[in-house]
Amino acid sequence: MDHKRLTLFAGHYGSGKTNIAVNYALHLAKEGKKVCIADLDIVNPYFRTADSARQLKDAGVELIAPQFANSNVDLPALPAEAYRLVEDRSSFGVMDIGGDDRGAYALGRYVPFIQKENNYRMVFVANCYRPLTQTPADALDVMREIEAACGLKFTDIVNNSHLGPLTDGSTVLESTGYAESLSTMTGLPVFMTTVRADLAPAVSKHIPNVFPLQLQEKYFDLPDQKL
Amino acid sequence: MAQRILMKGNEAIAEAAIRAGCRHYFGYPITPQTEIAAYMAKKMPKIGGVFLQAESEIASINMVYGAAAAGMRVMTSSSSPGISLKAEGLSYIAGSDVPALVVNVQRGGPGLGGIQPSQSDYFQATKGGGHGDYRMIVLAPASVQEMASLTIKGFNLADKYRMTAMILADGTIGQMMEPISFEDAEIETYEKPWALTGTNGERKHNVVNSLYLKPEALEVTNFQRYERYKHIEQTEAMWEEYMMEDADICVVAFGIASRVAKNAIVAARQEGIKVGLIRPITLWPFPKAVLNKAADQVKGFVSVELSMGQMIEDVRLATECKRPVALCNRCGGMIPSPDEVLESIRNAEKGVF
Repeated sequence: MDHKRLTLFAGHYGSGKTNIAVNYALHLAKEGKKVCIADLDIVNPYFRTADSARQLKDAGVELIAPQFANSNVDLPALPAEAYRLVEDRSSFGVMDIGGDDRGAYALGRYVPFIQKENNYRMVFVANCYRPLTQTPADALDVMREIEAACGLKFTDIVNNSHLGPLTDGSTVLESTGYAESLSTMTGLPVFMTTVRADLAPAVSKHIPNVFPLQLQEKYFDLPDQKL
Repeated sequence: MAQRILMKGNEAIAEAAIRAGCRHYFGYPITPQTEIAAYMAKKMPKIGGVFLQAESEIASINMVYGAAAAGMRVMTSSSSPGISLKAEGLSYIAGSDVPALVVNVQRGGPGLGGIQPSQSDYFQATKGGGHGDYRMIVLAPASVQEMASLTIKGFNLADKYRMTAMILADGTIGQMMEPISFEDAEIETYEKPWALTGTNGERKHNVVNSLYLKPEALEVTNFQRYERYKHIEQTEAMWEEYMMEDADICVVAFGIASRVAKNAIVAARQEGIKVGLIRPITLWPFPKAVLNKAADQVKGFVSVELSMGQMIEDVRLATECKRPVALCNRCGGMIPSPDEVLESIRNAEKGVF
């Protein structure tokens, strides 16, 4: 897998951007790269990059998160240090963009820097089991809305189709047609297919570029959902 | 459409409402329920429905009142401070005997409080909130699937009994994502001969109103309404029992707290403690009978709540104080950990309440 200096994850809200961004940053760190991840989500009140703060720190990944993330302050403010991610080219940068066009507006201010350096991958995260992006055409609408909001075109697609704890190999395999159609419609490659780590070996036999995801255990997972 | 879809709790409420025939949504944004409004804004125009962001919560609940009086399936949603603003309208809707669905995705309070999850509107939902003698059916989902199924159930019950059904969720269930299915949805429809649909000059006009000029008439109306409430208490209580067959300790928890409790119960069972869970699904009517029966089986109860202890009062009333009830709680947007619940269970096992 080749890596650009900057990798941006955007998409419909609830598509899995944050989980993928965190895992991708950890993957880069494992390869020995200096990595910085920025939480640019100004939309979502819960379940943020900052939830993985300890894990990121342990892996040596620098985290730039909004000052008020996970607090009671419902203020969509971005940290000034987020500029460092686009200006300081000495480390790899991963950006977790807020959902939909509303979330992507926040990216706009960084776009001139990103385009000037021109060493980035703007990734659309797609899940065909989400109600408002169930068809490639619906997903394409969301893509175009995001591009219009932030002024940056997508370069890649990640197929993150899953059904949470009910996901099995077939859940992923049945989604490849969806990802391929979206790829054909947009002319963009499917950069990777992300699957829960335990499913990755089996799925890899059928699909290229499978990227395993370690998921956070949550306090509200039910006993029979524990993996 | 795929058989199962992956939804946020808030989206599930919105989609379920649309499937239940709701074509009128009046709301006002507030974290952590804004996805309900966002989903409605996207979907309603495509299906000929109305999405309207009102100028305030007070305006939106009165729009609900109006649409309900016209016989429409109608809803509004908000979070704790917004529900307080709707309280006057809730009382008028109750006093007028019109059906509506109101969603409260709770956040920490009192006051402006915070945006993190909470269950501290239990009193407000089950004991009033608005003025006067009235009740609301209060449904407490503990999964995204239940966010959907109880929304449909709520519309059914609201129409059946001509009253407000409230979905009392919390921020976490609103925001979390799970796969759900609508295959088992049972959508009931009810005739509404009382609705203000226009007489066409063919019948006597209907009146929807909560003002009574004669106190005798108001009293009779309240008596009749409470007969209906009594019937609901006897027939509509819903609950889940988990590992209760041989339990010596009974945990009582609803919504997100019940999920934490289940993990603690599994851990306690591994330590040999016989503990189970009764999860009220309807908070009003409260599942009194099953709790009272459990009081003859167990040596004590642990009420797990994201509040300073509100449901615990109903547990004591339902069990007629036959057994001690301990409280395991966090508040202000904090959530008890499975370890904290486990510690309370261990204490109860030792007789420490």
